Amino acid sequence: MNALIRFFRAPWTFWIALLLITWTLSTWSFPLYKALDARWIIRFPSQLQVPLDVWLTAFFKWLQNDADLFFFTFRDLTRFLSSLIEWPYDQVRALMADGFESGQGSNAVEIAPPLSWIAVIFILIALGRYARDWWLAALVGGCFVYLAVFGQWDSAMVTLSSVIIAVPIGVALGLGIGILTYRLPWFDRLIRPILDLMQTVPVFAYLVPVLVLFGFGPVAALIATLIYATPPMVRIASLALKSVPTEVVEAGRIVGCTERQMMWRVLVPSAMPTLMVGVNQVIMLTLNMVIIASMIGAGGLGFDVLSALRRLDIGGGIEAGVAIVVMAIALDRLSQAFVRRPPSAILPANLGTLRRHPWLVTTLVVVVVTYLLGLFLPAVQSYPAALTLTTGTFWSDAMEWININYFDTFEAVKSFFLTVLLLPVKRFFSGIPWAWGIIAMGLAAWRVGGWRLGLMAALMTTFIAASGFWAKAMITIYLCGVSVLIAYAIGVPLGIWAGQNTRVNSVVGAIMDTLQTLPSFVYLIPVVMLFRVGDFSAMIAIVLYALAPAVRYAAHGIRSIDPQMIEAGLVSGCTPRQLLWRVKLPLAAPSLLLGLNQTIMLALSMLVITALVGTRDLGQEVYIALTKADTGHGIVAGLCVAFIAIIADRILTALSKSSKQRVEAA
Amino acid sequence: MQRKVKLTCQNVWKLYGAHADSLLTGDTQPSDADLQRTNTIGAVRDASLEIGEGEIYVIMGLSGSGKSTLVRCLSRLIEPTAGKITFDGEDLLAMSSKQLIDLRRTKIGMVFQHFALLPHLTVLQNVCFPLDIQGVDRLTRETRAMEMITTVGLEGRENYFPNQLSGGQQQRVGIARSLVGDPEIWFLDEPFSALDPLIRREMQDEFLRLQSLLKKTIVFITHDFDEAIRLADRIAVMKDGRIEQIATPEQLILHPASDYVAEFTQHIAREKVLSLRAIATPDLTAREFAGDLSGSLKVAEAADVIEGANAPFRVVDEDGKPIGQVTSEIVIDVLIGRTHR
Repeated sequence: MNALIRFFRAPWTFWIALLLITWTLSTWSFPLYKALDARWIIRFPSQLQVPLDVWLTAFFKWLQNDADLFFFTFRDLTRFLSSLIEWPYDQVRALMADGFESGQGSNAVEIAPPLSWIAVIFILIALGRYARDWWLAALVGGCFVYLAVFGQWDSAMVTLSSVIIAVPIGVALGLGIGILTYRLPWFDRLIRPILDLMQTVPVFAYLVPVLVLFGFGPVAALIATLIYATPPMVRIASLALKSVPTEVVEAGRIVGCTERQMMWRVLVPSAMPTLMVGVNQVIMLTLNMVIIASMIGAGGLGFDVLSALRRLDIGGGIEAGVAIVVMAIALDRLSQAFVRRPPSAILPANLGTLRRHPWLVTTLVVVVVTYLLGLFLPAVQSYPAALTLTTGTFWSDAMEWININYFDTFEAVKSFFLTVLLLPVKRFFSGIPWAWGIIAMGLAAWRVGGWRLGLMAALMTTFIAASGFWAKAMITIYLCGVSVLIAYAIGVPLGIWAGQNTRVNSVVGAIMDTLQTLPSFVYLIPVVMLFRVGDFSAMIAIVLYALAPAVRYAAHGIRSIDPQMIEAGLVSGCTPRQLLWRVKLPLAAPSLLLGLNQTIMLALSMLVITALVGTRDLGQEVYIALTKADTGHGIVAGLCVAFIAIIADRILTALSKSSKQRVEAA
Repeated sequence: MQRKVKLTCQNVWKLYGAHADSLLTGDTQPSDADLQRTNTIGAVRDASLEIGEGEIYVIMGLSGSGKSTLVRCLSRLIEPTAGKITFDGEDLLAMSSKQLIDLRRTKIGMVFQHFALLPHLTVLQNVCFPLDIQGVDRLTRETRAMEMITTVGLEGRENYFPNQLSGGQQQRVGIARSLVGDPEIWFLDEPFSALDPLIRREMQDEFLRLQSLLKKTIVFITHDFDEAIRLADRIAVMKDGRIEQIATPEQLILHPASDYVAEFTQHIAREKVLSLRAIATPDLTAREFAGDLSGSLKVAEAADVIEGANAPFRVVDEDGKPIGQVTSEIVIDVLIGRTHR
């Protein structure tokens, strides 16, 4: 017995033993089932399955049809909420894209046209100049001119209107909840696990209930976007308020601020730089949702990409995709410039309005003049169609050329990876009997983070098995695992290289910035074009999407090592290689683990999107639920993904914590 | 000279931990063992002090001694666990939050170690801030703030933002802000600790100059014993949450109450602190005196004269009444730090 315990305590034997048992069971589970005629080995007994999805579906049906909250029905509530968002959205959309109309349907008469394209571009240039300098103004202006020239203007303006509506609401909501978490500790404790869950539940999963409750259309899309984009703002707002220095808070109290003055005159302004990072996050997440939200009725660029993908229209897809990217880059750079903008000099009040606000005044003049001119000159009103360029045919031709000339090469690469890597791993994971899966997961988590973590992991794994998604979950883990492995294998060396070399860092950093700006959907387009649908395409898209955190955290970990440690290594006579392996890497270990954690999270969130290219995992289940508007099925499958993410997150956090303690104790 | 009492605290405790409140409900006070057993941290333990009007009262202690917690209890930024605090005879702990806000707006000013300036406001707006939140109109508050900015020597920089200023300048803004409401009591929490030594010295002089003009009641927190000796009328030395000794700088050096206090006084330039009155021997029987010296002179100021003469000097008080004599031996003792024979 003692020997056994010692055996289990030895650092590596535990993991080797766990892997060996799992491998054996996975390989022989099918013959075992045949030999013993015990179907429960590979399939969770159906009489024990919890029909949670059925209950949830029934619940939502009840909510939607019968729920009565004393004074009003639930349906009234959702209608009220939609009208709250619908009105401002209609106004903004009329202003940006559609023009103001009176009357309904075909009887509609246009009262006033939307803003002229020149006015919109001018406003953005002015914002760029105001936020930083002429370079930014040129970049932002250039991006929007691109949208006009390449014929994406109208769709882009529809998308921009939903950004204009979603961002302020998301920011206000996030800040409001953040303030509550700051004021009320119990509320903070309550909301934290919910935020954790929200961050890991795939977007599709709540598209389904939103679709059921709010119906198909732009408002439902906006609500889904808000659900997606607000949690990070809550987190950042909470963090920003909490990290206002105690002394500043005390200074506010000692001069006699009331609670309200404290919040709005001391805390929020002091936290402003961090809060602006949150605003940037909300903008980027909103744009990230553009395509996904078009599945439940958002129009604009996202819809263009989605329908092009469905038609396999390569050119159209790339054009609209690039348009989203261009817009994302413009808005990202613009909002980041606002984050870093130094407070502007105070100008004396006795100067005229024009002298004090030159940009505001000029912009107003341009807007009014172009608006009036636009009534007579169609070219001012909207960019002349005759002058638009299209690259659609170019992309289609290029793809065709590649496919004709390099088809065999691509096929060879694809089948090589499939046979050597993807299929064996898939077989391994699919073969694991559910019962052992639960035990193994619990043991692994216990080993890393104590019995509490072990129990939690085992329970969550049991949920997955009991809800009937075991097989799909295993495919999810396999696809995610392989992709993370590859992303990490590419990303970490790249990050280490960037961490030690400033020039490499600036190049790699710029590439990673751009990759992260891209909405996740965009990755699918070229991949599908080159490799068609299937696991391999999904894997490449995931790797591309999840690469950035692996690189970033590795580079950050290397760069943030105390220079004295490196000097100590050099003085001890380390060769560069020894310095890397013996000093830098051990010290960067916590950061590397954090990077792994982020890579897994991004991979899981991307996995759901790759359902569109025909994987057979949980993402696919959610997607199917969406198309059938099957609420319960979608939510439960979504929860399974979330649980996988949470288990991975907790285990890696525990690992990173212990490695951090080791580094800091040294 | 007896001062009017401005601020007092009696048996103030501040405990941190799950059992903080229950430990102080009885009449008996918790011992070190009690605290350790219940995993409670005694940040301030049984502190009592009386601060007189117009006095510079320095609370000195090393980090973790509880001095910052005590000053926050005095201004009720932190709620003490037990004890009584009075301000002008009024019970501070019984005040409602509205009364407290009123009191802070009109009677309290505070300077912070890391300046605690609002980063989004200019120098002028920062100094204006206390008046602004009281709703004072713009012209009045800006006039008043400009006065303060001039007083601390920052005129011409009123439209700078805090991050454009050096540490010393930022603290000048902090000082101006704390004084803009013309408070009666002025808390300074390690105001010069974050500054370079040279700037610190300059700011101490500046502080003494300001005080000679303003005559505020001052509670000054520091971990620097030299600073305490230099500025204080009275010093309270704190250790592990308890007040070890309360005394004037002179008394502290002559009669340290514990080894802990003596440890600090050892390295002090005694000749600059001790006055002739404090070192004079009551012996007035010498055959001849080289002359009379005032008892309030510091040793360093009189050393040259005393050592230059062959005979002792007679020390006299303010009224010219002789109180004792000083010899060059005594002065040498003081200068080389030899304790009295």
